[in-house]
Amino acid sequence: MSKKIYMDNAATTRVLPEVFEAMSPYFTEDFFNPSSAYEVSGLVAKKVAEARQLVAGTIGAKDKEIFFTGGGSESDNWAIKGVADALKDKGNHIITTKIEHHAVLHTCEFLEKHGWEVTYLPVDEKGRISLKELEEAIRPTTVLISVMFANNEIGTIEPIKEIGEIAHRHGVYFHTDAVQAYGHEHIDVNEMNIDLLSASGHKFNGPKGIGFLYVRTGVKLSNLIHGGAQELGRRAGTTNAAGIIGLAKAAELAVESIDKSNAYETNLRDKLIDRVLKEIPYSRVNGDLENRLSNNANFCFRFVEGESLLIMLDQKGICGSSGSACTSGSLDPSHVLLAIGLPHEIAHGSLRLTISTDTTEEDIDYAVESLKAIVERLRSMSPLYEDFVKKNRS
Amino acid sequence: MSQVTEYSEKVMDHFTNPRNMGEIEDPSGVGTVGNAKCGDIMRMYLDIDENGIVRDAKFKTFGCGAAVATSSMATELVKGKSVREALEVTNKAVMEALDGLPPVKVHCSLLAEQAIHAALWDYATKNNISIEGLKPPVNDIDETEEFYKMPG
Repeated sequence: MSKKIYMDNAATTRVLPEVFEAMSPYFTEDFFNPSSAYEVSGLVAKKVAEARQLVAGTIGAKDKEIFFTGGGSESDNWAIKGVADALKDKGNHIITTKIEHHAVLHTCEFLEKHGWEVTYLPVDEKGRISLKELEEAIRPTTVLISVMFANNEIGTIEPIKEIGEIAHRHGVYFHTDAVQAYGHEHIDVNEMNIDLLSASGHKFNGPKGIGFLYVRTGVKLSNLIHGGAQELGRRAGTTNAAGIIGLAKAAELAVESIDKSNAYETNLRDKLIDRVLKEIPYSRVNGDLENRLSNNANFCFRFVEGESLLIMLDQKGICGSSGSACTSGSLDPSHVLLAIGLPHEIAHGSLRLTISTDTTEEDIDYAVESLKAIVERLRSMSPLYEDFVKKNRS
Repeated sequence: MSQVTEYSEKVMDHFTNPRNMGEIEDPSGVGTVGNAKCGDIMRMYLDIDENGIVRDAKFKTFGCGAAVATSSMATELVKGKSVREALEVTNKAVMEALDGLPPVKVHCSLLAEQAIHAALWDYATKNNISIEGLKPPVNDIDETEEFYKMPG
């Protein structure tokens, strides 16, 4: 296959050559354990400390508030289980949303089995929570509010600063899963009233298997991974020096170019959305057109099914993703698409394309032309479309 | 898990180049099975001659790669067969002919078997004959008004 157009950057991103270069000495040459006593390991420890400082600076935090983890899922697990354990004498209630990533949802479901009560806030048709409903959901026993910064499927950005204000007014901790937003949106933990924040290296051109959790000084949080004294005694496990150094390099590059990248991506994303809606009948865009990640386009095509769509796109060299049941491994389509009010049968025909600064205008044109042909082909095969056409004719 | 790498070459072939896709005008029997809510709907058309031989079979399917491939293979398997033989085309036969399906997709082959049965039932009903061993299809199509009213 000659062409390969990668439009699944919400799933993962490519490691930038500069990032790979920054990491590589720490695999083959300076492989030393930074916790060891000798000088060469101390030099690695110094690099890790610099990386921590750099990352802290990108969100207005202190370096002692950044804890490196094995990725976004671990950070989410730690934040929620850690607060739940530390504050179990204060309350037993957590507030989150229906559209969180499974790393948050399944962690909350786990806690429900252990006596915790969880409120899953609904969202509107654009995927935004209601601040009024959030405030009304707070009880005297509420210890944590966890709302994602931006949704991984439809790209909707939540009113983070306002959520943090409400949380703090009621003396409740605020955690945000910023896995899709960090490196893509400007974040200031103080200005936005964030107490805990999860991020993952591979979503902003860094390596996989490394992420971090920001923990505001004074926030009570029990440990999740027990063992050695790494990460100031808060997260055990041999320091992933190469990963941390790579994540920091990727963070530096991503954060300094946020405005430029967003302007570039927004232009292409809007072109993609406009052309699809104009040129493919019975299509719709999901999410919020204003409060949206610049790289995210999410569509539904009626009368077609997502997996078939993905395979045909793949055959044209285009990598995308879908919220159909067939691609989720369950019988239900995406919980996010259901939460924004789409019926099952429409949600089955969803397509997420997430672009990057590598995406070109030609890629967009090629994707639209391919989509037009594929949707038309799948509709010609669809009994639902046949019925629809006959119904409209009569 | 990538579906493309999990599917056999035969499944991919029948998905990419489906045999007998389309409609038959005034079919001897037509049956639709599945549920749009679950993401699969199969419709099978049969043209059966006066000797009870399946002269032609066509399908339309809304569903995943495996749903399309099993429909395609099912039409191939019933063509040229007698009504009685067509009734014996099981989901297992469809699966074997496709060199297998990933475990989560086995239900697609069941749907293909049901589609054949539904079309045969329609044929039997229209011609007022009874086919031994054929049960009426369970119609669980969910084509709600909501579906058609959905804004584009």
